[in-house]
Amino acid sequence: MLEAFDATLLARLQFAFTVSFHFIFPSFTIGLASYLAVLEALWLWTGRSVYLDLFKYWLKIFALVFGMGVVSGIVMAYQFGTNWSVFSDKAGPIVGPLMAYEVMTAFFLEAGFLGVMLFGMNRVGRGLHFAATLAVAVGTFISAFWILSANSWMQTPVGYTINQGGQFVPVDWLAIVFNPSFPYRLVHTVFAAYLTTALAVGAVGAWHLLRERANEGARVMFSMAMGMITVVAPLQILAGDQHGLNTLEHQPVKVMAMEGHFKSYPDGAPLVLFGWPDEAAGKNLFAVEIPKASSLILKHSLDAPLKGLDSVERKEWPPVAIVFWAFRIMVGLGMAMLALAAFSLLARVRHRLYEWKLLHLLALVMGPMGFVAVIAGWVTTEVGRQPYTVHGLLRTADSVSPLQAPAVAASLLAFVVVYFIVFGAGVFYILRLMSHSPHRGEEGPERGQPVRAAGITPAPAVPDALGSPGGGA
Amino acid sequence: MPAFDLPTIWAFIIAFAIFAYVVMDGFDLGIGILFSWIPPGRERDTAMNTIAPVWDGNETWLVLGGGGLMAAFPLAYGTILSALYAPIVAMLLALIFRGVAFEFRWRDPRHRAWWDIAFSVGSIAAAFAQGVTLGALLQGIAVKGRTYAGGWFDWLQPFTVLVGVSLVCGYALLGSTWLIMKSEGTLQVRCYRLAVGLGIGTIVAIGAVSAATPFLSDVYWQRWFAWPQVLFTAQVPLLVAIATVVFFTSLKRRHHYTPFLMALLVFTLSLAGLGISLFPYVVPPSMTIWDAAAPAASLKFMLVGAVVIVPIILAYTGYSYWVFRGKTGPEGYH
Repeated sequence: MLEAFDATLLARLQFAFTVSFHFIFPSFTIGLASYLAVLEALWLWTGRSVYLDLFKYWLKIFALVFGMGVVSGIVMAYQFGTNWSVFSDKAGPIVGPLMAYEVMTAFFLEAGFLGVMLFGMNRVGRGLHFAATLAVAVGTFISAFWILSANSWMQTPVGYTINQGGQFVPVDWLAIVFNPSFPYRLVHTVFAAYLTTALAVGAVGAWHLLRERANEGARVMFSMAMGMITVVAPLQILAGDQHGLNTLEHQPVKVMAMEGHFKSYPDGAPLVLFGWPDEAAGKNLFAVEIPKASSLILKHSLDAPLKGLDSVERKEWPPVAIVFWAFRIMVGLGMAMLALAAFSLLARVRHRLYEWKLLHLLALVMGPMGFVAVIAGWVTTEVGRQPYTVHGLLRTADSVSPLQAPAVAASLLAFVVVYFIVFGAGVFYILRLMSHSPHRGEEGPERGQPVRAAGITPAPAVPDALGSPGGGA
Repeated sequence: MPAFDLPTIWAFIIAFAIFAYVVMDGFDLGIGILFSWIPPGRERDTAMNTIAPVWDGNETWLVLGGGGLMAAFPLAYGTILSALYAPIVAMLLALIFRGVAFEFRWRDPRHRAWWDIAFSVGSIAAAFAQGVTLGALLQGIAVKGRTYAGGWFDWLQPFTVLVGVSLVCGYALLGSTWLIMKSEGTLQVRCYRLAVGLGIGTIVAIGAVSAATPFLSDVYWQRWFAWPQVLFTAQVPLLVAIATVVFFTSLKRRHHYTPFLMALLVFTLSLAGLGISLFPYVVPPSMTIWDAAAPAASLKFMLVGAVVIVPIILAYTGYSYWVFRGKTGPEGYH
């Protein structure tokens, strides 16, 4: 068993661990940056102070999340070289420039204006400050654009040739950037980020409504979040369906694993709702199936034939059970989001949005589910691409650095320990900020003397401010 | 050797990114390194406030260095990073601790001392690991075919430790002179005092590394001492000497800006010296920038972006520094 933990598997575990942790932060900041821009715009437009209070309330949380996203992201920028040097050598000429564009067009934009956004409200005019907020929001989106283009190219590689060194050489950049799975993945992922943020904001609003129904800030954020979910959740299910059809066209084996189709079905494939994929035996145990429903979803015809995993060699199979279950978690949570959207719409129509405790409880429970769904979706698509790093062309086993297992085991252990300590503390601080109820005259980032620069410090002269809601605490 | 082809242009762009990183993150890592010598409370808060709005922009240059290297010289990127696995991973972990400390120390006053230690130890470890990486690169990396062929502790040598310690000292110098520029009162007085010792330490360190480098390889020796090249290369130590004199004079006269500018000049010259030693090798002693370069189609595609975007980045980075210009106090925000 221990031999199974070779350097490649350890390197994969390390990448999966660090990227999953990292992904949590940008999937929150993409949505939160846009939410902050909307709040600031509403404040500038209507002059209602509640929007400014909410802006400052969420800005403090944004600062924490963004910081953790930056430091966990630097790890990703170097891990391709440390652990996947052969992949970097071969795919670097294509994936590298896409990531370089991400750094140049997105990271600098975000980092450059984040300082102004966090600390500059009293240093620059309102218009300029709003421009900084917009720049950060646009930056998060541009970042998603490039990194998902790079990821999609690894899923659906086009526009390349291969030279004698075994490197992928770009031939048509337009085709590479807008590769076949990219538009679908971009829409699906950005919607996911918006949903994740809306669920988190909605849960915070619900929590404070449960404690204090009249709190204006809680009402506004809850209403905005539920509105967002009502619009985006159905769209996301539509986008996910389209993305699935695209995957069927370009990566059919991944879909076979997602569906748990070990066998080929010449006249209509069943939809496996639940089951335990037994890869060794090549069948599902305890399967609950709806006959022909999978063909209906994927081919829009009850009797359409669908090929199964028996049509490809076993060495082409991804780990079926992981893909199968990750996909079900994602879809299940998507349906739960749709249910929450419908419930909140009913409450809104009945003018009971701020009264129905069951709705608030449900929203509270759903608060972290966006993150779970995002990670589950990520696992589905990435594990589903196995056993390749560049789909169909470069095997994962042939991508890894010439490292010895103990070196990778040591670094993996170090990452696990550090991430749990550091990001565990970070999550605790975020929850503590969220537990303070939004209130009038929210302190927000700048506090103390407007002419002073920088920092996040409570004035030492007022130590009692340390524990006050939304203050230095 | 083609005079000014795409790989050469990209070598200069990556070198610029590394330069930008070293001087910008250098001073904020330096403040972390000095944190134990700055008393908690007012002075520490001020020191932190001088860099809070700019640190992640500074660190983005490290991402550009890494991403740019992967894009422009993918073979070198994979080789260097897998050869230097331990110091690179240590640097990444150290940067996590120091990066989150910026926010966490304000969010958790009860454990602020703990996050201050994380900030300081993280900064020291990151700087040391970067120095070790540089030293190991200068020392040479064993390559076979297209991959790294050495062991995973090859990077640990007296020379690499020397470069590591030197960089910690140099960053601390940048940090202390940055604080002289951005602070007033007791903190500034303290930094004037620290800068004297750190200035001496940095100059000694530069001398030691420069003296040891030519003995690592004949190539370096030739690069520096062959006639008539020596007429050109000798300008570097000469300028360092001049900058050193101006530096100590300005400290004595209590100038606010000159010490930082002179420290920057010394760093610039050191990096120029490094360039003289290495060029055109990206992974000495065997891999040149042409061996490691990505195909022309990759380099061209990125060059279009770099030429247009990097100046814009520099412009708004300058703007964000300008917004937070002047002296900084301990009462910021949050």
